[in-house]
Amino acid sequence: MPPAPTSAPVSGPSPGQTPGQSPAGASRLAQLVQQIGPLLGLVLLCIAGTVLNPDFATTDNILNVLTRTAFIGIIAVGMTFVIISGGIDLSVGSMAALIAGSMILLMNTISGSLGSPYLVVGIGIAFALLLGALFGLAHGLLITKGRIEPFIVTLGTLGIFRAYLTYFANGGAITLDNAVSDIYSPVYYGSVLGLPIPIWVLLLMAVAGGVVLNRTRYGRYVQAIGSNEQVARYAAVEVDRIKILTYVVLGLCVGVATVLYVPRLGSASPTTGLLWELEAIASVIVGGTALKGGEGKIAGTVIGAILLSVISNILNLTSIISVYLNAAVQGVVIIIVAFLQRSRR
Amino acid sequence: MKSIIRRLTLTAAALAALTAVPAFAQNKVVLGVAIPAATHGFTGGIVFWANQAKKDLEKANPGLKVIVKTAANAAEQANQLQDLMAVSKINTLVVFPFESAALTKPVTEVHNKGVYVTVVDRGLTDTSAQDAYVSGDNTAFGKIPAEYLAKVMNGKGNLVAMRGIATTLDNERMDAFNGVLKNYPEMKLLDAKYANWNRDDAFKVMQDYLTRFKEIDAVWAADDDMAVGVLKAIDQSKRTDIKIVFGGAGAKGMIKTLIDGKDPRIQANVSYSPKFMYDAIKLTAEARLKGEKLPATYIIPSVLITKENASKFYFPDSPF
Repeated sequence: MPPAPTSAPVSGPSPGQTPGQSPAGASRLAQLVQQIGPLLGLVLLCIAGTVLNPDFATTDNILNVLTRTAFIGIIAVGMTFVIISGGIDLSVGSMAALIAGSMILLMNTISGSLGSPYLVVGIGIAFALLLGALFGLAHGLLITKGRIEPFIVTLGTLGIFRAYLTYFANGGAITLDNAVSDIYSPVYYGSVLGLPIPIWVLLLMAVAGGVVLNRTRYGRYVQAIGSNEQVARYAAVEVDRIKILTYVVLGLCVGVATVLYVPRLGSASPTTGLLWELEAIASVIVGGTALKGGEGKIAGTVIGAILLSVISNILNLTSIISVYLNAAVQGVVIIIVAFLQRSRR
Repeated sequence: MKSIIRRLTLTAAALAALTAVPAFAQNKVVLGVAIPAATHGFTGGIVFWANQAKKDLEKANPGLKVIVKTAANAAEQANQLQDLMAVSKINTLVVFPFESAALTKPVTEVHNKGVYVTVVDRGLTDTSAQDAYVSGDNTAFGKIPAEYLAKVMNGKGNLVAMRGIATTLDNERMDAFNGVLKNYPEMKLLDAKYANWNRDDAFKVMQDYLTRFKEIDAVWAADDDMAVGVLKAIDQSKRTDIKIVFGGAGAKGMIKTLIDGKDPRIQANVSYSPKFMYDAIKLTAEARLKGEKLPATYIIPSVLITKENASKFYFPDSPF
C-alpha cells in the first residue's frame, strides 16, 4: 500500500538539542505511540475498506485517492509549519480559489497574444506561485508587524479572497480556454513511472518539508518559537522573520496545490476550495501536531490527509450507511485517530 | 447597535419623506427586489436576471422604478426589507427569501403595510403574507430526466445519480426521479450520493462509482456543475460504457455543448433557469402597472431541453 514511503525518510527522531523539547527517554515511548497512531488508524481503515469492498485495494482506486489527497496534503505540509510556530491560517481554501481564478483569467488573456501555449501555462504557473507567496507575505506582515492575531487576519482574508473570486467570476465559473487546457491537463492526469504527477509533487513537498523542519536551523527555530516565543526571542532568534517565512511557505504550498488543481476541471467557481482550511488543519492535528504549536511531524500530516480522503472514499464505495450520516462517520474516525495518537499533556 | 440602526433608518426615512413625497405620482409603481447575493452559479444567475429585468422594464415603462437589493444572509435581507419600506417607499415587492422561516415575519410586516408581495422560489412558512408565488418546478426537474432516460435506454440499464445538498428541494427532485423509475423494474439505480452541487465533489463521487460499478449505462448528474465533474472523471477512467450524462438547470456551458453536439454523452437537459427571477419581476410589474392581480401560484414549468430547442435556453451573457 503506497502510503508507507513518506513516513520512512522524514520522520527520524529529532536530535536532543531541539529547543523546548522535554528530556529524551521519558517521552520516547509516547513519541513512538504518537508517531504510529495515525498510521495505525490508516492501516485499520484500509483493512476495513478492503473487507467492505475488494475494489478498494485495487491500484486504480489507491492512485485515485492519493491523487485527490495531493491538494490538501500539500497545503497541510505548509500548514504544519504555521501551526508548529504557534500560528493558524484559515484562509487557504479561499486563497486557493482566488489563485485558481486569477491564474485562469491571466492565462486566457495572454493566450491570444502569445504563440506558444506551453509558455502561457509556464507563465500561469509562475504567477500562481508568486501570488501564493505574496498572500503569505501579507499574512505574515499583518500578524508580526501589525500585531494582529493570526486567527483574525486569516479570517478576514478568508472572506476577502473568496469575495474577489466571486466578483471576478460574476457568481458563475471561470473556465480555462480549451487550447491551453489540453496542454495543461497532463499536469493533473499524467503519470511518471506509473505514479500520477500530483502524487510525486506531494511526496517531494513532504520530504522537503520534513528535511527543513528537522534538519535545518530554520526548522528548529520554528519549533522553538511555537514552544515558547519569549525564550526564543531572548535566544536571539529573529522571531518575526521566521514567522513571516512560515506564512510565505504556506502561501507557496497553496500556490503549488492550485497549480495541480486547475488542470483537473479547468475551472474555478465560488465553491472551489470550500472548507479546505478545515481539512488541512484536521490533517495536521490528526497527524500528531499540537494545535498549540511547538512540535509536529510532516509524515503524520501526510498520513492524516490520506486518512481523511480514505474515509470518504470508503463511504462512496459502500452503501451500508445512510448518506445522511457520512459526516458523522468522518467525525467518529477523526476522534478515534486523535485518541490513538494522544500522548502527553 | 440596534437603536443606532433604528435611529439612522428613521432619519433617513424622514429625509426621504420630505424630499420624495411631492414627486410621488398616483399610479407609479416602485418595485423593490430582495434577493440573495451571488455566492454560486445559480444565485449569480438570479442577480444577473434581476438586474436585466430592471434595465428592460424601466426602459419600457416610464412609470416604473425598480430597486434591486442583494443580501449575504437572512438577517441582512430582513434589514433591507425595512430599508425598502422606509427609505425607498416601495409599493410592490418581489422577494426571493434567503430562508423560508426566518423571512416570513419580515415579509409579513411589509405586506401588512399594504405592499403587494410576490414571493419567488423558496416559499414562506405562512403563505398569507404573499399575494403571489412564483417558482420553478422541482418535481419536473426529477421526473423529466427519469422519463427521458427510460425512453432512450428502452426501460433497462444501470444508473447512478448525484444528489445536491440535503434540502427539501433536493428531496423533491430525487423522489420524483425514483417515482418514475418504479415503473421500469429493469432500470437499476445503483446508488445516489451527495456531491453538494459542486464540481470537485462530483468528480470524486464519480471516480468512486467507476471503481465500484463495472457497468454503468447512464448518470443522472442532476445539475450542470456536477455534470462537469462527472464527465472529467469518466474521461480520466477512459471508460466507454457510460452512454448518457444528464445534468440539469441548463447552465450556459452545457447548453453550448448540447447545441454544438460536442459531447455524445450530453444529449438532453432540463430547464430550471434562474431566469424565473426575470419572469417574476416582469409579471409582477406589468400586472401592477395595469392594476391587476397575479394568479396566486405561478409555477414556471421545467421542460426537456434537446438539441432542437436548446437555442431558446442559451443565454451567453448570463454568468450561469
